[in-house]
Amino acid sequence: MEKTLKRYFVVFTVPTLIAFSFAFIIPFVQGLYLSFCEFTTVGNAKWVGLENYKLAFSSGQGFTSAMLFTVAFTVVSVITINLFAFTIALMLTRKLKGTNLFRTVFFMPNLIGGIVLGYTWQQMINAVLYQFETTIVANPKYGFVGLVVLMNWQMIGYMMIIYIAGLQNVPTELIEAAKIDGATAWQTLIKVKLPMVMSSVTICMFLTLSNSFKLFDQNKALTNGAPMNKTQMLALNIYDTFYGKTGYEGVGQAKAVVFFVIVAVIALVQLSFTRSKEVEQ
Amino acid sequence: MKKKVISALLCVAMVSSMLIGCGSKTEEAPAAAETEASTEEAAPAEEAEAPAEEASAEGGSVYYLNFKPEVDEQWQEIAAAYTAETGVPVKVVTAASGTYEEVLKSEIAGSDAPTLFQINGPVGYNSWKDYCLDLTDSDLYKNLSDKSLAVTGEDGKAYGIPYTVESYGIIYNNAIMEKYFAMDGAVATSVDEINNFDTLKAVVEDMQAKKDDLGIEGVFASTSLLPGEDWRWQTHLANIPVYYEYKEKGVTDLDALEFTYGENFKNIFDLYINNSTCAPTLLGSKAVTDSMSEFALGQCAMVQNGNWGWGQIAGVEGNTVAEEDVKFMPIYTGVAGEENQGLCTGTENFWCVNSQTSEANQKATLDFVNWMISSDAGKDYMVNSLGNSAPFTTFGDDEKPQDPLAKEMYRFMENGKTSVSWNFTTFPSQDFKDDFGAALLEYCNGNMTWDDVASLVVTRWAEEKAATK
Repeated sequence: MEKTLKRYFVVFTVPTLIAFSFAFIIPFVQGLYLSFCEFTTVGNAKWVGLENYKLAFSSGQGFTSAMLFTVAFTVVSVITINLFAFTIALMLTRKLKGTNLFRTVFFMPNLIGGIVLGYTWQQMINAVLYQFETTIVANPKYGFVGLVVLMNWQMIGYMMIIYIAGLQNVPTELIEAAKIDGATAWQTLIKVKLPMVMSSVTICMFLTLSNSFKLFDQNKALTNGAPMNKTQMLALNIYDTFYGKTGYEGVGQAKAVVFFVIVAVIALVQLSFTRSKEVEQ
Repeated sequence: MKKKVISALLCVAMVSSMLIGCGSKTEEAPAAAETEASTEEAAPAEEAEAPAEEASAEGGSVYYLNFKPEVDEQWQEIAAAYTAETGVPVKVVTAASGTYEEVLKSEIAGSDAPTLFQINGPVGYNSWKDYCLDLTDSDLYKNLSDKSLAVTGEDGKAYGIPYTVESYGIIYNNAIMEKYFAMDGAVATSVDEINNFDTLKAVVEDMQAKKDDLGIEGVFASTSLLPGEDWRWQTHLANIPVYYEYKEKGVTDLDALEFTYGENFKNIFDLYINNSTCAPTLLGSKAVTDSMSEFALGQCAMVQNGNWGWGQIAGVEGNTVAEEDVKFMPIYTGVAGEENQGLCTGTENFWCVNSQTSEANQKATLDFVNWMISSDAGKDYMVNSLGNSAPFTTFGDDEKPQDPLAKEMYRFMENGKTSVSWNFTTFPSQDFKDDFGAALLEYCNGNMTWDDVASLVVTRWAEEKAATK
């Protein structure tokens, strides 16, 4: 087996490697280089050193305020999404009637694209706020809540499926043993089920965390940063920098590099943290 | 055994998909050759008609990156017609609304770059100057009726040529106005009397008070302030105070705007938002299409927009506005001497030829645009399909668009009023405009005072001008 694997290594990995380097590594290295350049088009760049990074963090760029908003949003949405998804998964793993239907229904929103969702929710939220003679862009709090609700609605279904898979893999003998030992339902949940689904928690945390942090489509469609860029998240801030004014493409690129580093660090820290909580079955 | 069969099948499927992937490429080449062959075939047939053009354009092709999604179909038709007539391949790609700069940035960096693209004025020229060909010696520039309309570089050469002229002002529904003037106690008796802000304000406020009798929901269509839908205010309306400030100072651009006519902006803006179809706090949910359909459905009497808006008005289902009732009125803001002010007329559509493409392509492109403005077929497309009011001497009086707003535009050009030029092409950046629009939204929501808005305009202008130097 080992031998065959080695023999076919080239055949099976080289095409992927080529595709990966063309679609990922080369653009990434080029992007890194461009973040030190002043450019309008990628083929026409001039080296300016660290200037872009200085500008990226200057006041008026809104990068730091966007970061704060993003962090606040991520904290709230990661907690709410996982909490709701886990609760629903618990409910739908009890042998109730119609669980399959509910699973499908909860999963559906995940199949709709972010931009469409953003506009749909904008219409719905505005329709409600109309009664109060106001709109979602009147107050940054509305935008924040709207984004959290939207994100929950979209992501819960997906996380739910992962949690359901995890819960179904909890050995029934463990649960039975707990029952015989006289554990309450709550104790079974916390001491038996939760440790057994930690691998699902890891993956769900990772997905929600990185998706919330990188959120763009929903942000752009729902509020586009209004009012006064107070609901602007990092990805949208980068986009607006890149296309908002002439000569700032490099600054946008520098922000994107900083953004990448932040996301990578957070994701790795989170992964190693939740992994350490996982138990072997 | 079964497993082996399945894995073999999967292997076949994978390999074949790879082969197909490669196959399509090899197939492409002969197809391209074919079109070239047909080009050559077509060429001799046309040679009798235009031998000079044919010979020079040989090998070149045209790739136009179109700015206006609403005329995409027409451009495809033009491209096909031109290729049929001359054999020169013309490719037209349209960028989705609001994404032109992005598409241009990625397209122009590619190997098959657009040979013809457009910029929006001096600011656009600033970002694309490396790609703009000097057009001073082109027929396009020579035929331009008003040379000052062209975008010129620091060396005084022409790099961008406008292909259309547009106007904006307050579009009003004459039927509703007449109904109002016929009422008892109307403050004016005809639209001609409205020639300054005070009269406009008096009329509008009186109409708003009598809106139920007039059968409207408000005088002005909703002031669309949905993010991305606020260009009528942060760009078009903002042009008026900037125009007067430039005029007063005798300049064409400023590094630091004082916004001396900011109060005038406030005058008209307040009038818009307070005499509208909905409360000012609801404007953050309105798009331009909402405003235009309110006008088309007769729910309001006035809307600020340009002559391009006719298509939108006419296209609304159940539209109740008669063609002959759609008229233009200048935007009065309370500036001294505005009785003589006309519509805001100018353009932000300038054609540029890519200077970094091959010479054959440049030649082909120049021939193509020249055909657009000088041949009968091209001119017909320009006027009737694209609805462009082309500012070229090659167009006769009868070769002008015939829609009601275009007619109004020509009426204002010829009635001796002073047109307000489009100075928003000198606005520092999209960021500036977006921030201005966002501030207007905050003002409508009561989160910002007018003084805050005005000072934001001044500081953001200076910052952005400095940043994009």
